Amino acid sequence: MTTTPLAPTPPDRGAAPVRPGPRLRSSRSGARRGGVPVTGAPAERRARRSPLLTALTGIVLVYSVVPLLWLVINATKTQGDLFTSFGLWFSDDFSLWSNLTETFTYDDGIFLRWLLNTLLYVVLGAGGATALAVLGGYALARFDFPGKKAVFAVVIGAVAVPGTALAVPTFLMFSQMGLTNTPWAVIIPSLISPFGLYLMWTFATDAIPTELMEAARVDGASEFRVFWQICLPLLMPGVVTVLLFTMVATWNNYFLPLIMLKDPDWYPLTLGLNAWNAQASTAGSEAVFNLVITGSVVTILPLVAVFLLLQRYWQSGLAAGSVKE
Amino acid sequence: MKNTNRRNRWLGAVAVAAVGALSLSACGSGDDSASGGEQVSADAVDAALEEGGTLTVWAWEPTLEKVVSDFEAEYPNVDVELVNAGTGNDQYTALQNAVSAGKGVPDVAQVEYYALPQFSLAGSVSELSGFGAADLEDTFTPGPWSSVQQDDGIYGLPMDSGPMAMFYNQEVFEEYGIEVPTTWEEFMQAGRDLQAADPDVYITNDTGDAGFATSLMWQAGAQPFASEGEDVTIEFSDEGAQTYADTWQTMIDEELLAPISSWSDEWFSGLNDGTVATLVTGAWMPANLESGAPDGKGDWRVAPMPQWEAGAETTAENGGSSLTIPTDAQEKELAYAFLEYANVEDGVQTRVDGGAFPATVAEIESDEFVGKEFPYFGDQKVNEVLSESAGQVAEGWSYLPFQVYANSIFNDTVGQAYVSDEPLADGLAAWQEQMTEYGEQQGFSVS
Amino acid sequence: MAVQQPIADRAPRNRRRWTGWGFLAPFVAVFALVFLAPIVYSVHLSLFRDQLIGGTSFVGLDNYTQVLGDDAFWESLTRVGLFLVVQVPVMLLLALLVALAIDSGRLYGASFFRISIFLPYAVPAVVASLMWGFMYGDRFGLVGNVNDAFGTSLPDPLSPTWVLASIGNIVTWEFVGYNMLIFFAALRTIPTSLYEAASIDGASEWRVITSIKLPAIRGALVVATIFSIIGSFQLFNEPSILQSLAPNAITTDFTPNLYAYSLSFSGQQYNYSATVAIVMGLVTMVIAYVVQLRGMRKEL
Repeated sequence: MTTTPLAPTPPDRGAAPVRPGPRLRSSRSGARRGGVPVTGAPAERRARRSPLLTALTGIVLVYSVVPLLWLVINATKTQGDLFTSFGLWFSDDFSLWSNLTETFTYDDGIFLRWLLNTLLYVVLGAGGATALAVLGGYALARFDFPGKKAVFAVVIGAVAVPGTALAVPTFLMFSQMGLTNTPWAVIIPSLISPFGLYLMWTFATDAIPTELMEAARVDGASEFRVFWQICLPLLMPGVVTVLLFTMVATWNNYFLPLIMLKDPDWYPLTLGLNAWNAQASTAGSEAVFNLVITGSVVTILPLVAVFLLLQRYWQSGLAAGSVKE
Repeated sequence: MKNTNRRNRWLGAVAVAAVGALSLSACGSGDDSASGGEQVSADAVDAALEEGGTLTVWAWEPTLEKVVSDFEAEYPNVDVELVNAGTGNDQYTALQNAVSAGKGVPDVAQVEYYALPQFSLAGSVSELSGFGAADLEDTFTPGPWSSVQQDDGIYGLPMDSGPMAMFYNQEVFEEYGIEVPTTWEEFMQAGRDLQAADPDVYITNDTGDAGFATSLMWQAGAQPFASEGEDVTIEFSDEGAQTYADTWQTMIDEELLAPISSWSDEWFSGLNDGTVATLVTGAWMPANLESGAPDGKGDWRVAPMPQWEAGAETTAENGGSSLTIPTDAQEKELAYAFLEYANVEDGVQTRVDGGAFPATVAEIESDEFVGKEFPYFGDQKVNEVLSESAGQVAEGWSYLPFQVYANSIFNDTVGQAYVSDEPLADGLAAWQEQMTEYGEQQGFSVS
Repeated sequence: MAVQQPIADRAPRNRRRWTGWGFLAPFVAVFALVFLAPIVYSVHLSLFRDQLIGGTSFVGLDNYTQVLGDDAFWESLTRVGLFLVVQVPVMLLLALLVALAIDSGRLYGASFFRISIFLPYAVPAVVASLMWGFMYGDRFGLVGNVNDAFGTSLPDPLSPTWVLASIGNIVTWEFVGYNMLIFFAALRTIPTSLYEAASIDGASEWRVITSIKLPAIRGALVVATIFSIIGSFQLFNEPSILQSLAPNAITTDFTPNLYAYSLSFSGQQYNYSATVAIVMGLVTMVIAYVVQLRGMRKEL
């Protein structure tokens, strides 16, 4: 997912600043969101709720949620019941707890190791990717320098080349550097988030008043200090947004680790789950589809939790970053 | 292949140099001693065991875990690192990548028989005659033993084997009054009868499986693949291949095969609930049935593989793998010691106890092995049937030196017969054509 | 890539020229390592041919000529082209409608809708494909359950006729919420003064949508479209994981990316595989560029 594509639309500095604050919406969370002051009431006029519209949107909701329900329901079934009971309802045995226990203890508790690996990759990979994207986006938004236009064109061009086919060249290079089968082989490629760069570029263009930077410079602050003390706090909503997107990308990273890692001790969760899934097809091995399903639920939960906890941040960040007129 | 290795290393270095991150120094080639067949005495192997060291083993076979811990207990100076680098193709990719990169190559690698020619021909795995493997001819059953040989060299020691038999659900057969088929003709009729009785019940499943199809041809006496050095022959016109194609065409036309891919969750469901009534497959299947289809306990039985001609007693191998020593391995003496321990000595019994089907004559013929009763199979002495099959494997079969690729495009070509009106024969022709094209691109002379 | 602060007595303007690079340098350095170097290497690889017998030789542009005449490649490109033309509009339209619905303030529990529809994006593609693969089973999966329960005979989602649509469904499921959120966020930044003016003019809801909302989020629409185009052309995870369930329907050359993958991983044809990847990259860039030009022109 480091190949998240992006739009080659350079931010237009002359654009009127968009209003970052949410308009008042009839939804309660809208009014509560963030510390952003809630502005005028014109939206109130459209507060009439429509059951028909709700029902229609509900179809999409059902479409989105039913597969997840299926996953959760099937996480409560034993390997045997998986095959014999109706997919969208519980079987007689409620085995969620035993599945969970087994997931975390199977094969000497390797699942926990995978979980910790994933956390490591997310902290270093997504954290690093965010840092690089913030610095780079800030540079693109706030400075003129030779080659600036070319940078973005090159980034986009590179992203268009299918990553799967670059896996072997990347592997051979990393192997020469002695990085394969180490966490670095997963972390280093995760450090690039072109979409993050794009988001930070647009965000930094709008969020930082030029006068503020100039004032600090006049006071003799170094460029780094200007960035760190003046600009970074203003960029925080964008930073959180990019962090969340890179987290998803790293958490869900599958293909590159597949090529780079041989030792299951370094697997992230996605690779481990796939290995469990493939295990059924190995002569002499156990089929553990129930653990694959339960493990999948466990894999998704932390991301869902983070989304829910941080949604007010990332929505305001995204808003400022995604729109250019 | 030596060339290839160096080339890849060199290219790797070029790319690295392009970023200015590394010098070219990493491209020194490994020692070239291996390709000519090393001479390593038994004493040298023993000395290596005494001295000890660290051994990296890439294998996915689950029973090796116990073997490794026993081995380490027996030779305390040796530290074995058992790595599951993926099953089958995934591991070959990893191995190929490591060989290309010239780094991170394991000391021992599990390689299936069908894939072995690809590695031996490329010189990626060591020739083992000089290690003493030449003396082991009588140790192994003929099928696996011939599978580890290529152009008079021995490139691995057989770990397990898959002489084929028919696993069938007796409960289902009894319910619908089906006799156990002894020929493919009867097998087909049984399929018709089952379908007539209950359209949900199939005699077996098949969506096109290269390993299964080649095994059936093998049993029918076909020899579609032959190779000697750089000369490769691919030909599906012999009688055996025709027999297979005709019979299977009928099976497909009459929709007697459940359209379920093997190893999918649906497949396990079908085995579990009796809608897939038989499996004609390798002798390693019992352990998978027990774990994957627990509800079938007591219902399943094993019978000899159906025959192409009534009264014949010919079988084929399906699956099975060997342990090999990559050419770039660091600890070859130690590696060979491990191979012997796991595949010839004490490790064999350990693996048999773990549910594996051995490739060694002594174990296959031992009373304890043959007489073992399997509760899953209603206390049937399953190994009686399986051991017998091991002795009946048709001779003269060989795989292509690029069988991994060939099998990967099986479903692109032959597989189309399962989902369209295209005849199986056309599919085989298309398969042959693409294999030929690939072989020629790889520098073989294909006829 | 000069990172150092330049000599102190340079003009401030000049100094800032290089400061920009200083901030950008870490990104560029890593980018060069993980993107540019492999691409350079691939271009290099694409000029050679390696054989199991006979080793490597320089072949110039032969691999490129071969790609241009390779039916398997064109078929796979046509297939993702079809996918692109059908799936992308469906997904984006759905996302847009939901975004407009939530933005309209007429929904009960709008925030619940927003987060729930977005949730599938948190599901790794691997898990999503495994999960839908389970459900697609027409014997024991959800499709089979539905057939049993209602006596219907839904077509097998994994048959050659339907498999592309089934993959499209998975991709739509994964990304509809993500795109919805991009649109929704864009909608939220429209200044309220515009609505006030529309309200005074007595504009209908429909008119507000076509005259205010859609023009305002055109940028986001173009971004999402380009994303989706590149995503479609790089379609890999979903078909690759479903392949074991539908081996005859999802061939090794089902999508260009899958084709490049199997060339390189099953066939050891690194050179040809690299060529396919580069050609695909070029095709993707051209199409993304054209879409961007069109999208931006309309905006003016």
